[in-house]
Amino acid sequence: MRPFTYSRAASVEEAAKTAAATQGARFIAGGTNLLDLMKLQIEMPTHLIDVNHLGLDRIEPTAEGGLRIGAMVRNTDLAADKMVRRDYAVLSRALLAGASGQLRNKATTGGNLLQRTRCPYFYDTRMPCNKRKPGSGCGALKGMSRSLAILGTSESCIAQHPSDMAVALRLLDASVDTASADGSRRTIPIADFHLLPGDTPEVENALRPGELITSVTLPKPLGGTHVYRKVRDRASYAFALVSVAAVFAKDGQARFAFGGIGTKPWRTDAADAAALSGAAAVAEAALSGARPTEHNAFKQQLTARTLASLYRQKGV
Amino acid sequence: MTAEPLTRRSLLQGSAAAAAAIPALGEAQAAPARRKEGAPMTPVGLTVNGREVHLQLDPRTTLLDALREHLHLTGTKKGCDHGQCGACTVIVEGRRINSCLTLAVMHEGDHVTTIEGIGTPEKLHPMQRAFITHDGYQCGYCTPGQICSAVAVLEEIEAGIPSHATQDLDRIAFSESEVRERMSGNICRCAAYPNIVAAIRQVAEEGVKA
Repeated sequence: MRPFTYSRAASVEEAAKTAAATQGARFIAGGTNLLDLMKLQIEMPTHLIDVNHLGLDRIEPTAEGGLRIGAMVRNTDLAADKMVRRDYAVLSRALLAGASGQLRNKATTGGNLLQRTRCPYFYDTRMPCNKRKPGSGCGALKGMSRSLAILGTSESCIAQHPSDMAVALRLLDASVDTASADGSRRTIPIADFHLLPGDTPEVENALRPGELITSVTLPKPLGGTHVYRKVRDRASYAFALVSVAAVFAKDGQARFAFGGIGTKPWRTDAADAAALSGAAAVAEAALSGARPTEHNAFKQQLTARTLASLYRQKGV
Repeated sequence: MTAEPLTRRSLLQGSAAAAAAIPALGEAQAAPARRKEGAPMTPVGLTVNGREVHLQLDPRTTLLDALREHLHLTGTKKGCDHGQCGACTVIVEGRRINSCLTLAVMHEGDHVTTIEGIGTPEKLHPMQRAFITHDGYQCGYCTPGQICSAVAVLEEIEAGIPSHATQDLDRIAFSESEVRERMSGNICRCAAYPNIVAAIRQVAEEGVKA
């Protein structure tokens, strides 16, 4: 790791102010992704602001009938929360499908949203990567791309978004609440939070410099049957090749979000609209515009088969 | 005769002294005297296995390196140093975590339990005894992490925390598939997995009887 200084923020305002005023500063929450990347010198902050002690660790009902999840709520606690299990089971399931018990005990809600891709070319500092080193090129386009994205890609980047949690949040139409150095607060719909790579794959989300995630808000429960199906190389503790989050209503209507195939958590209106037409129609709608490589073209069929298995499990 | 018992640790220390020209491992665990550059030392106080300790650390020091290199609690092992293998698992504030993926300075005031605090050769923890009974290891390198994790896993099941293997999110109970899923963050390259599961099952069943 490169040297850095460390401070513990005493308030949200102080954290945001310090971050905006300090060149090279980063927030640290669980640290499970950031420290990993710092050891590899992919991330090289000069100052770390510890945001673990700001009272952002509560899960509370909102006046609108939804749920506000503090940014520092650990993945274990979010998955185990009684309200989440009862009303947003797809979120519990997605969280439990990710990482290991040790990591979920540390990883936070805000940090999970900000985790970086596991593209092997992003991780290997000897390789070109436009996300890690803008303008250096993309090693993955003509390289080993089996795990990488087929949707939302660009000529600059085909890195897949790694999160399971974010797929469930996308499905549930969550929003991300933030605080900035000037004292302002804002709410970003999850659909607008993660950005497509385009020509600037190093810009991954809508946060401004120094802006701190304070909570994630869920709208009121959808009801229905919640399912999260993740397909991966190992039965546990591996990133998704394909994952599907779904909520089925009694009348057969449904909504879907996808992980492992997009450069951000993937959701389309067309896929939701095809719910009554069955798994194949949903897959076709969801995969519209896919640009697979030779190595990851299998993800199209795998998505269709995962959906088929989900429909069978659901009995529709 | 009061000869010091020969342990693997004392033997290794002896050979390390004999080969003092070999540079010490890794940049992050550099002891204060060897630090060439970087941030000012940061004080941190921890309670490790019931004992209060105060350290001055380079902020880069992981909890794992603080335990091993500064407190000389070498039971906790460094495997991958990237949170993938689980050899560094310790229990912090009642929760198992990867000590390699957290900074010691982030744990001011925290209670840490390492394998040395789980049990001793004279007074083994039931989980340690069960690992011996069932041969839950071969080389033993991952074992401290496996045992810390296993102790916490049974507490997590007891506390009603669900897992990916849980069929009904509201009915959490011990099963072998639960153990296998919950222990997936602890890799054993000798593949002692069936025996590890047997050991954990024995402790779970003894717990039920007690």
